[in-house]
Amino acid sequence: MILVVFALVLWALGWWLNARLAAGPQADTRAVQLLVPVIFGLTIVAVWELLVRGLNVPLVILPAPSVIAARFADSLTTLWADFVQTILKGALSGYVIGCSAAFLTAIAVDRSEFLRMGLLPVGNFVAALPIVGTAPILVMWFGFDWQSKSAVVVVMVFFPMLVNTVAGLRETTAMQRDLMETYAATYWQSFFKLRLPAAMPFIFNGLKISTTLALIGAIVAEFFGSPIVGVGFRISTSVGQLALDMVWAEIVVAALAGTLFYGAVAAIERAVTFWHPSQRK
Amino acid sequence: MTNESNSQPVIEARQLDLTFETNDGPVHALKDVDLTVEKGDFVSFIGPSGCGKTTFLRCIAALEAPTGGTLSVNGMTPDEARRQRAYGYVFQAAGLYPWRTIAKNIKLPLEIMGYSREKQQERVKSVLELVDLEGFGEKFPWQLSGGMQQRASIARALAFDADILLMDEPFGALDEIVRDHLNEQLLALWARTGKTIGFVTHSIPEAVYLSTRIVVMSPRPGRITDVIESPLPSERPLDIRDSPEFIEVAHRVREGLRAGHSYDE
Amino acid sequence: MKSVLAVLTVVAALVALWYAACVPMNIKGVLTEAERAGAEVEPASPRERREASAFGLVAKNGFAIPATWAQERPRLPAPHQVVIELWDTTVAQNITSKRSLVYHGWVTLSATLMGFVIGTGLGILLAVGIVHSRVMDMSVMPWAIVSQTIPIIALAPMIIVVLYSIGIQGIIPKAVISAYLSFFPVVVGMVKGLRSPDAMQLDLLRTYNASQSQGFWKLRLPASMPYLFASLKIGIAASLVGAIVGELPTGAVAGLGARLLAGSYYGQTVQIWSALFAAAILAASLVALLGLMERKVLKRMGMA
Repeated sequence: MILVVFALVLWALGWWLNARLAAGPQADTRAVQLLVPVIFGLTIVAVWELLVRGLNVPLVILPAPSVIAARFADSLTTLWADFVQTILKGALSGYVIGCSAAFLTAIAVDRSEFLRMGLLPVGNFVAALPIVGTAPILVMWFGFDWQSKSAVVVVMVFFPMLVNTVAGLRETTAMQRDLMETYAATYWQSFFKLRLPAAMPFIFNGLKISTTLALIGAIVAEFFGSPIVGVGFRISTSVGQLALDMVWAEIVVAALAGTLFYGAVAAIERAVTFWHPSQRK
Repeated sequence: MTNESNSQPVIEARQLDLTFETNDGPVHALKDVDLTVEKGDFVSFIGPSGCGKTTFLRCIAALEAPTGGTLSVNGMTPDEARRQRAYGYVFQAAGLYPWRTIAKNIKLPLEIMGYSREKQQERVKSVLELVDLEGFGEKFPWQLSGGMQQRASIARALAFDADILLMDEPFGALDEIVRDHLNEQLLALWARTGKTIGFVTHSIPEAVYLSTRIVVMSPRPGRITDVIESPLPSERPLDIRDSPEFIEVAHRVREGLRAGHSYDE
Repeated sequence: MKSVLAVLTVVAALVALWYAACVPMNIKGVLTEAERAGAEVEPASPRERREASAFGLVAKNGFAIPATWAQERPRLPAPHQVVIELWDTTVAQNITSKRSLVYHGWVTLSATLMGFVIGTGLGILLAVGIVHSRVMDMSVMPWAIVSQTIPIIALAPMIIVVLYSIGIQGIIPKAVISAYLSFFPVVVGMVKGLRSPDAMQLDLLRTYNASQSQGFWKLRLPASMPYLFASLKIGIAASLVGAIVGELPTGAVAGLGARLLAGSYYGQTVQIWSALFAAAILAASLVALLGLMERKVLKRMGMA
C-alpha cells in the first residue's frame, strides 16, 4: 500500500515539476522542451513499476518495467535475431523494393495525363484499404520465411508512396513550368531540374508514412506463419506461453526500430528539403 | 542604339487573333492586333485586366498559340524563336527555385542550354553585377527580400544573352519605393545592353517612365486602342516624372485607357 | 466524365492483368488435376512439371487455360470466382448463418465502430486538453507524435490475452485495440486543427475580450473540422485493421480476421480473397461515409 501512495506522490511531483518548467521563463528553450516529455515518460515508467509492485499485479497481466528490462538484457541474442529477421530482412527489403517500384511507376504514370487521372483515385482508394489482410495469401505464395513478409511490405507501401510521388510531381506552379518552356527545356531537363526537386517534400512524406507501414506489415504477416524467429512470431508464441515480459521486450524492439527508422528518414529529409518552408529555421 | 530600324523588325504582329473556348462560350482574348517592334525598343503594354496584354506577351513567347493572323519574332515563328532561345522572360513573381542558391538559379537556363562550366561561372558573375547583387550568389532565394528576388530573376533572364527581354508585370508585387528603384535600374540596364524589351504593366507612371513606345490596350475583345511614341529623352532621372512632357504623355495614356473603356460602363 | 473513363480503364486493365496472372499461377495445379482426370499433359512426369517454368507449361498446354480460372482451390482465384463467392456468402445466405460474410462482417464492424467511437472521443478530449494546457502539450504531445512512428499494432495479441485472463472477452478486447489505433491519429490531427486559426483571427477575438471557452466554441472548434475529418478517415481505417488483427491470435471463430485465418489454415483461397474483399468494401464504405459527412458538415459551415 505504501508503494501505491508513493506512486501517487511521485506522479504529483512529476506533474508539478513539469508544470513549473512549462510555465517557467525557460519554457521555450530546446533543453526544456526535451526535458519535459522525458520527465513525463520517466514518471510514467516509475509509477507503472510502483503500482505493479504495490498492487501485486501478476506477470501475466502486466510485468513491471524492471522485469521487462531484465528480460530484455537476458535475451539480447534472441531479440537481435528477431530484429534481423523481421526488421532488416522482412521490412527493410520490402520497403526498398516497394518504394522504388512505386517511384518508378509514378514517373511512368506522370507522363500520361490519362493514366494519372485513372490511377490516382484508384491508388487513393487502395491506400485506405486494410492491405495487411493480403498477408495470408502472400505467405501462401512466398513461403514462411522473410520473402513473404517482404512481399506484404511491398504491397503495403506501394500505393501510399505512389500517390504521394504522383501528387508531388504535379506540385509545380504554372509559372515554373512556363519558365522551363521559355528555355525550350526537354522533358527530362525539366524533370530533373524542376519537378523532381519540387516533389521531394511529398516523396519524403510517402517515405515516412511507409516506414511505419513496413514494420506493421512485416510483424502482422508473421502472425500468419513464420519460421521460428521474428518479432511477430515471438510475440504470438510468447503471448501463448503467457511470457508477457518477453512480449514487452519485443514491443520495445519494435518501438526502437520504428523510431530509428522514421528518424533516419526524417534526417535525410531535412538534408534534402532544407529549402522547404516547413524545414527552414 | 534606340529607335534605329536597320533591317527586319524584331516582333511583327499582323491581324493577330486569339480566342479561348470556355464553358460560357468563346472569349476573344486578342482581336486584330497589329504591332511592329524594332530592335532596341522599350515597349510597354498597358490596359485594364482582361485586355490581353499578358496574353500577347505569352504569344510572343510561344506560351500561347494564336488562333489567327501572323506573328513573327526575329523573322521566325514564335516557337522557332523559343527553340533558339531568342528571349528571356521575367514573370510577375520571381519564381526562383527555393532549393537552389541565387547563383545556381541563374545557372539554371545555362545548364539547360548546355553552357560550359567556366562560361556559366563567368555569366553568373557578370549578370549579378548587372543587377547589383554581387555577393549574394551563395544565398538562398528565401533569405532575400522581394525586390532582390525579382532582381535575381531578371539576372536569370539576362544570363543567356537573348536579345529580347519579355517582362510580365515584373514589379507588380513590390512596394512603390522598391519599384521606383528597380525602374531606374532597369532603364540603366537597357541603356547598357541595348536589348529589345516588351514590358507589361498596369501602372501609367511606370509605363511612361520606362518606354520608348506605349501600347494602350482595352478588353472585350482584347485589342490595341492607341500606340504612343514617347517624346521623352533617353536619359531619364526619376524626377523627370514631374516634367510637363511626362505629365502630357501620362495624360494621353489615361485618355486612351478611358476611351477603350467607355462603352463598358 | 473523362476522369471516370480513365478510372474505369485502369480498373479494367487491373482486372485483365488479374485474369492473365491466374494462368501461370494456377497452371501447375490444373495440369496435375487434368492428369488425374486422364488427360494428356506435356510433359507427362509430375517431377518435370514441377521444375518447368509456368509460362513454358502454359505454352505447351494451351487447352488447360480455361481451367485455370475455374479451380476449386486455386493459388490465385479469378475475379469472377471471388465475386461469386462474395455473392454466395452474402446475398444467398441467411445473415445469421455462420457461413454468411454479412454476419462475420458485422462482428468485425461492431468492434471497429465501438473502438472508433471510444478512441476518437478520448482523442478529441486529449487534444482539447493539449491545446489549453501548456504542461500537457509539452509532456504528452511528443509521445503522441512518436507513437505514430511505431507499430503499436504489435500490442494487439497481448491485449486480447491479458483481457481474456481477467475475464473480458468478445467484442471489448477488439474494441480496445481499435480504440487505441484510432486514438493517436485523432489526437495529432485535432491538435493541429485546434491550432489552425491564425494570429489575426485570435487577435480579433482578443479585441472582443472573448473568454477561452468562447474562443474555443466560436473559432477553434469550427476551424478544426477539416483536420478532424481528415484524421477520422485515417482513424477508421486503422480501427478496422485493429479489429481484424485482434481476431487473429485467439483463433476467434467469427469476424473477417477469423475468416482470413481459417482460410489460410485450410487452403481455402477463394474464402481468403472474399474475406479480403469484404474487408476492403467495408473500409471503403466507412471512409466514403465519413467523406460524405465531411462534405455535408463543411458545406453547412461554408468551408467547402
